Parts: sequence; C-alpha cells; structure tokens
Amino acid sequence: MLSVMQGKGQNITEINREGLEVITQNFNDTTYVVNFWATWCSPCVKEIGYFEELHRESVSGNVKVILVSLDFPKQIDTRVIPFLNQKEISAEVLLMTDLDYNSWIDKVDPAWSGAIPATLIYNRYKRVFLEQELTRDELFNHVSQIMN
Amino acid sequence: MKKAILTSALALITFAMVNAGLKPGDTAVEFSLKNVDGTTVSLSDYSDQKGVIVIFTCNPCPFAKAYEQRIIALHQSYASQGFPVVAINPNDDEISPDDTMERMKERAEEEEYPFPYLKDETQEVYKAYGATRTPHIFLLQNKGGKFKVAYIGAIDDNAMDAKLVTSRYLELAIAALASGSSPDPATTKAIGCTIKTKS
Repeated sequence: MLSVMQGKGQNITEINREGLEVITQNFNDTTYVVNFWATWCSPCVKEIGYFEELHRESVSGNVKVILVSLDFPKQIDTRVIPFLNQKEISAEVLLMTDLDYNSWIDKVDPAWSGAIPATLIYNRYKRVFLEQELTRDELFNHVSQIMN
Repeated sequence: MKKAILTSALALITFAMVNAGLKPGDTAVEFSLKNVDGTTVSLSDYSDQKGVIVIFTCNPCPFAKAYEQRIIALHQSYASQGFPVVAINPNDDEISPDDTMERMKERAEEEEYPFPYLKDETQEVYKAYGATRTPHIFLLQNKGGKFKVAYIGAIDDNAMDAKLVTSRYLELAIAALASGSSPDPATTKAIGCTIKTKS
C-alpha cells in the first residue's frame, strides 16, 4: 500500500505486487470478491454496478468487495475518479501500479490470460476465478456458492 | 434424443479444442483472411520468410493503441530480417462497431500500416490460435516450410510507456531464434482487452 489519492467522495489506494498478493490470499472467514477492471473496458463498466450492489448489501456481513483498477496511473484524476463519482461507487477501489503484468498475473490465478474483466471470489475454504463478464445472477450465485 | 446427445458431445469437443489453443512448439494454424487493401493474405504466403509475427489487435482497445507505434516499428526493424508483422483483428464488429472493415481501413491508412491488417470475419482464427485479448502476439518460426509457434504473449513489459520498458520479450524471442536457441520465456502474460464475441 503506497499512498491514497483523494477524490470527491472516493479514495483510491495504490497497490503494488505485494499489496495484490495480500488481497488475493487472505485466509479468514470473510469471502473476498476481487474484481479486475478499467474505465476503458466496456464489459467491466457494464458489470461494475453489480459489484457495488453486492458491496452495499454486505456492508455489515462477511463479504468484502475490492475493485482493482488497471487503468494507467496517469489517468486516475482525469478518468477514474470522475467515473467512480458518476457511478456512485462506494466499494473499495485500489489502483494497481505495477505495469509489469507478466510478473503478477499468474499469482492471482494461473488460469488468467490477462483479459479483463476478471473476478476472483474466495475465502479460506473455496476459491473460483472467472475471466469473463458476469451478469448480476452469475455474480451473486458464485458468491453464495463460495459461502455455502 | 441420440442426435441431441451427439450434438452436445460435439459441442463439448469443440469447446475443449477452442479452449486449448496453441502452445510454443505447436504447428501454427493456416489462415486466409481479407486484408484492408482488398486482397486475401494467407500464412502460407510467407513460406519464404524466417518467421511471422502474428499480432491479434484491434482499433479501439487502449492497449492496442498504446502498442500501435511499437508494432509499426517492429515491422520496420524485423521485416527485413525475415520476420514481418501480420496483424489480425478478431473482434465481432456488431459488438465492437469500431472494428468494421471500413474502420480498419481508415486506421491502417491514417497510421500508414506497413503490414497487412486482416479481419478474422468468422472468428475461427483467433479461436484456433487461442488468442484471448488484444494485443496478443504469436511469434511463428519457419521450420523447413512449416510454421511452428515459438513465443506467445506480450511485446514488452510496459504497455503504458515505451520509454519505461525493461524487458522486450518479443525482440528477445526473435533474437533467440536468430541465434538458434529457443525463446525464454516462451510465454508471457499481459493485461489486455477481451476479444469481442457473441456468447
């Protein structure tokens, strides 16, 4: 975790390879939903509202939604923060600053080719990695399968 | 009923084949696709070359745009050394309207592409290769008239800024082939745009 960028209503924390390892390898009772997205990725933009909905439904529960932006770091102020404000995203947003993708894609999941959107849903017992756009039903069903 | 079972069995087999794609060492799949200049370009047209840099790319993807000038430079450096670039646009243009043949022609003319820019109209070629994103590179080596896959992955390790690149994966792979060795790494991964297809 490096620094926090202040936007109107939305903070974006930068993470590096080590930070990414931490959020993809927590082993506790929380179910983590880690979505890899970018403002320029149209299927990502289409599905992001479902992740926000999941986040709002589980504020007091044991699901933690983390949105990892793969936008280029130079576009945070011009694109990412305005986008998050416009979509009223309150789920946690992290910015991946390590652009040496080959060095960390396999650590998230060896099955990931690198295309986005991609979503990792896991807890200490189960883990599923999805390199695809998700419908609302698909997202919620996957989360409940991991939790039960 | 039997027919239904057979159909779903075939669908499963097709799915498995599609998912597999090519790996380093595999024989490349022949293609014959329409170019932006109206001609048809086939892999076998390159049988007098040492290899081909096949790049699945497209018009609107920011990563494809970020690499566009680097792809042109690659062709300018390596075509004369026997490794020309062949760009293939795999996107369904009903889903991605910026990827119609018309828009491809515009892009190729504006940027003066020195290489063919082909349309994978039926989307069979990218599936046969196992491309999953744009840009996605398949470096092929001509081994006695047969093209073999030598390297699959990214051009280098910094999509955002060519000046910040520290590893030129593709160029290292070509250099390895030129010196008679095998590329290491033979595959790399990178973030990219999904290939747009009707599910």
